[in-house]
Amino acid sequence: MSTKVENQKGWLFVLPVVLLVAFNAVIPLMTVVNYSVQETFGNNEFFFEGVTWFEQVLHSERFHQALGRQLLFTGIILLIEVPLGVAIALAMPRKGIWVSVCLVLMAMPLLIPWNVVGAMWNIFALPDIGLLGRMLNNMGIDYNFTRGPIAAWATLVAMDVWHWTSLVVLLAYAGLSAIPDAYYQAARIDGASAWAVFRHIQLPKMKRVLTIAILLRFMDSFMIYTEPFVLTGGGPGNSTTLLSIDLVKLALGQFDLGPAAAMSLIYFLIVLLISWLFYTLMTRDEAT
Amino acid sequence: MKRLQWLVPTLYIVFLMLPIYWLVSMSFKHTNEILGGFTLWPREFTLENYRVIFTDPTWYGGYINSIIYVVMNTVLSVAVALPAAYAFSRYRFLGDKHLFFWLLTNRMAPPAVFALPFFQLYSAVGLFDTHIAVALAHCLFNIPLAVWILEGFMSGVPKELDETAYVDGYGFWRFFIRIFLPTIAAGIGVAAFFCFMFSWVELLLAKTLTSVWAKPIAATMTRTASTSGYELGLLAAAGTLTIIPGAVVIWFVRNYIARGFALGRV
Repeated sequence: MSTKVENQKGWLFVLPVVLLVAFNAVIPLMTVVNYSVQETFGNNEFFFEGVTWFEQVLHSERFHQALGRQLLFTGIILLIEVPLGVAIALAMPRKGIWVSVCLVLMAMPLLIPWNVVGAMWNIFALPDIGLLGRMLNNMGIDYNFTRGPIAAWATLVAMDVWHWTSLVVLLAYAGLSAIPDAYYQAARIDGASAWAVFRHIQLPKMKRVLTIAILLRFMDSFMIYTEPFVLTGGGPGNSTTLLSIDLVKLALGQFDLGPAAAMSLIYFLIVLLISWLFYTLMTRDEAT
Repeated sequence: MKRLQWLVPTLYIVFLMLPIYWLVSMSFKHTNEILGGFTLWPREFTLENYRVIFTDPTWYGGYINSIIYVVMNTVLSVAVALPAAYAFSRYRFLGDKHLFFWLLTNRMAPPAVFALPFFQLYSAVGLFDTHIAVALAHCLFNIPLAVWILEGFMSGVPKELDETAYVDGYGFWRFFIRIFLPTIAAGIGVAAFFCFMFSWVELLLAKTLTSVWAKPIAATMTRTASTSGYELGLLAAAGTLTIIPGAVVIWFVRNYIARGFALGRV
């Protein structure tokens, strides 16, 4: 990428983007920062509190547990969705009408509004009137996601795999179809095994799109709110209360604006830090 | 092993279709049948749920609202992202790398964090409960994504294309619109698809920023749970209808996605 020319006119090109995003990002973020250092008793009276809320949130058992659940959830779904998505993309047909059929059907879950996804899985998994719940119970498995924490987690993970694996498939497939046929022909002449083709041709060519896929899946799963809220409401008990569900409970349920704002900032910083680590690790080779 | 390869996508698609089938089949049932017992397909096939949606303005108005702000957002996001992505892929300028990363960080802001400040901000500028408010708010995460995707596509186009065009006497904007944009048409398709998708499915901000006139369909759906008991049949029918616009959009971009990053070959 050393062929770029020095041109300060670039700023003019990015100006509209910067203005639009800044309007939506900087002002609300400052509002949150403002709340996070103050205490209010209503009547628009505010008192400066410094870092009290940050200390309170960072030391609270409740935050640690929500963060733990969030990390566990994101870890599980990344470990399932990324390999599964790549495997499906590799097995997909390369040409003909079936490509369109596969792509259109697979992209369907991505375009369903998130609360509909939650509601859909709720009625799909209900033990008495849902297809999945009924099937599992008929097979002799005692399954009720509204009562058992393990069943609730399994349903949550299944829902997310159902919802988002296709994103990985689409991106991986886009990367795969960019590989010229000549590469495969050369591999065939050399008598390369399927694994060698995957390791030395397909995987390197998919690197860029997989970076996008992993980053997107990490961020979105870490920020997930609507689907688990509609599906389980964070229950049973607190077993599926992920970070943003906990945050909304704190901000809108208890109206503790200060602690909620402090938690928002800590939450945002965690996403930022982990994304930056991913991004640097995965693009490290490109720079050299 | 090659011969059984088709099984993998097929099984995956069956898995994807099961909950959708359940939703669609439920939308053709009376609520009594749904709650009364377990039936694999509708015993008494009914279109009553759909009739309610298409005759009640609070229902079908929700679809129109959603489509208006989603289209506005997609057009806006891609339009401003195009020159920005070009600058990031072709020029070096002061702070370019930091700016790029800052843009991406906005993709990482949890909507739950921004719900309350967004409400205050858009109320303050008098845009609360308008389609523009939602379209602008969704720019927060869609513009960074569009810039990112387009930059990837543009970097795949060799710089010789730009230089040849200048030698041939093209001005910048004529080159950009007549030659460059058609070259990365696939990238624009993919970026527009992702913008449409994330704007269409996002609910937390859309719901926070609207009350009556620009209320999205997905927010209208939550109403059924509260006011008129739990009308599962109606809810299922509304849910089924939210799948359709998405399916139409995928159909249009399917070839772009399939051709994908084929531009890298140039």
